[in-house]
Amino acid sequence: MLELIAPFFRTLYEKTGINFILFYDQYEYDRFIQAIWVSFELIVACLIFSTIVGIVGAWAQGARSKLLRLAMAGYIQLFRNTPPLVQILFFYFVLGNFTPSYDAGGFQQAYIGAFGWAVVSLSFFAGAFNVEIFRAGIEAVPTATREAAESLGYSRLKAYIYIILPLAFRVCLPSLNNNLVNLLKTTTLAYAIAVPEMMYTANQIWSDNVNVPEMMFVLFVYYIGLVGILVWMMNRWERKMKIPGYG
Amino acid sequence: MPEFPQLRFLRPRLTRPIPGLDRTGVTAATTDLPVLLPPGDRLTQPAFMPPRIELKAWHGLVVAAVFMLSLGISDVYAQASGTRESLFTTFVRWVPFVLWGFVLNLVISFFAMAIGTVAGAALGLMQVSLLAPVRGGSWVVTQFFRNSPWLVLLFCIMLLLPFQITVFGVEFNIPDWMKATIGFSLPVMANISEVVRGAVRSIPSGQWESAESLAFSRRQTMWMIILPQCIKRMIPPWMNWYAILTMATPLASIMGVEEAVTHSQQAMAAEGSRPELLGPFYSFLLVIFFLYCYPIARWTISLERRFTVKI
Repeated sequence: MLELIAPFFRTLYEKTGINFILFYDQYEYDRFIQAIWVSFELIVACLIFSTIVGIVGAWAQGARSKLLRLAMAGYIQLFRNTPPLVQILFFYFVLGNFTPSYDAGGFQQAYIGAFGWAVVSLSFFAGAFNVEIFRAGIEAVPTATREAAESLGYSRLKAYIYIILPLAFRVCLPSLNNNLVNLLKTTTLAYAIAVPEMMYTANQIWSDNVNVPEMMFVLFVYYIGLVGILVWMMNRWERKMKIPGYG
Repeated sequence: MPEFPQLRFLRPRLTRPIPGLDRTGVTAATTDLPVLLPPGDRLTQPAFMPPRIELKAWHGLVVAAVFMLSLGISDVYAQASGTRESLFTTFVRWVPFVLWGFVLNLVISFFAMAIGTVAGAALGLMQVSLLAPVRGGSWVVTQFFRNSPWLVLLFCIMLLLPFQITVFGVEFNIPDWMKATIGFSLPVMANISEVVRGAVRSIPSGQWESAESLAFSRRQTMWMIILPQCIKRMIPPWMNWYAILTMATPLASIMGVEEAVTHSQQAMAAEGSRPELLGPFYSFLLVIFFLYCYPIARWTISLERRFTVKI
């Protein structure tokens, strides 16, 4: 791959001074590819976990236990009304201090590293919004449907899994889409705790090579491209899941 | 037919009380005709109500619990390691410093919101223009700034904007926080643009048509009929974006702008980077942002509820 594009970008640099070093230098290219993988893993992990948090949280919000409901409300308000950056720093520095670590040849290595804490804190951050989104979707399911499930002998959990959630999911896909795009953009905050994702690596590359405008261009193309792909996939999914005559 | 007491509620109520008559207790009059019910609570309320902020005791308790827990755990660690000074005294000494940083957060959020609103309103109106190139161009600009991460935009402005400009031979230094303000106002601008476009689109087309039949020009219709109706609809999302912006201002700390997070980190460094200080400082940051943003969120929700058009 690099051999194919390297001559073009090297000539571009020599002729015009536009320095896309990551496309002709082996070392920077490797860093860049590595960053694509890390940030891709980060995004996918956060998308999956935040959706799980949303689904479980929406179920817990309708639970019979008052304590559980209160805990959910507290969690949602706390995570919705505090800055995500401070949340990440809090998770990484404060909670990271109290989690077990093992001896990795002379220094203490925590079981959950920067990447792990970024996934945890971003998932909880976006999850707080997802809970509200799923709750709105569940409320949109008619009571008659719920009662019909009940009269067929479904328990609360079974009715939630088999009847309500599939219908609610279709209702909340558009707002879920919005929130996941937002989450994708928020993953750049992992920069603050030195997760080697795209933002962090771009910063390293432009610090080493003083090619800020070129790296900015790459960053914009990367993130807007990812947002475009995510929106396209979600829209396709939305169309595919559509039940004729419902919603 | 035998009487089942538990089924009594199944008997249909054919009569309903007449409001005003049975309440005074003069006569227990009933009718089977539909009667006009007393006006709802909504109608008896004054036009403008002060925000009803539903802060409940447990909200504060949750926040305080997180804070005290982290402080307590840290204190235990501190005593175990035998440090010189009580953690609490150390922390309290730096509270004004952190709060002073928080003031800069607020200043940045005010200015970024002001710039973003003005630019966003203009961009939003361009998005509903009749000229296709204006519409298309403003759409591209809006989507670009809406879909880029805030941090990338902030880096872009911080690194690519000059730190010094010369106007008529006089050199001006642009402070960091001003550049950060511009960086924050760009995504706000794009999102406000979408809010404005959505609000204009949400006005029923009958308004446009009746304005046209009254010989209003397009500009007159926009300024005198459509936009005044939009303002009310735009207030809740506008406030929502203000809260989001305020919660994004700590990003400026990555660029070294001297706001609350930077000040906390400086304070911790000044105290010799004791790990047990991390808990109190970061929870304190969470608490002050929560105390500022939570009332805004509640107010937004109550306004949203009041402004919804019920169909």
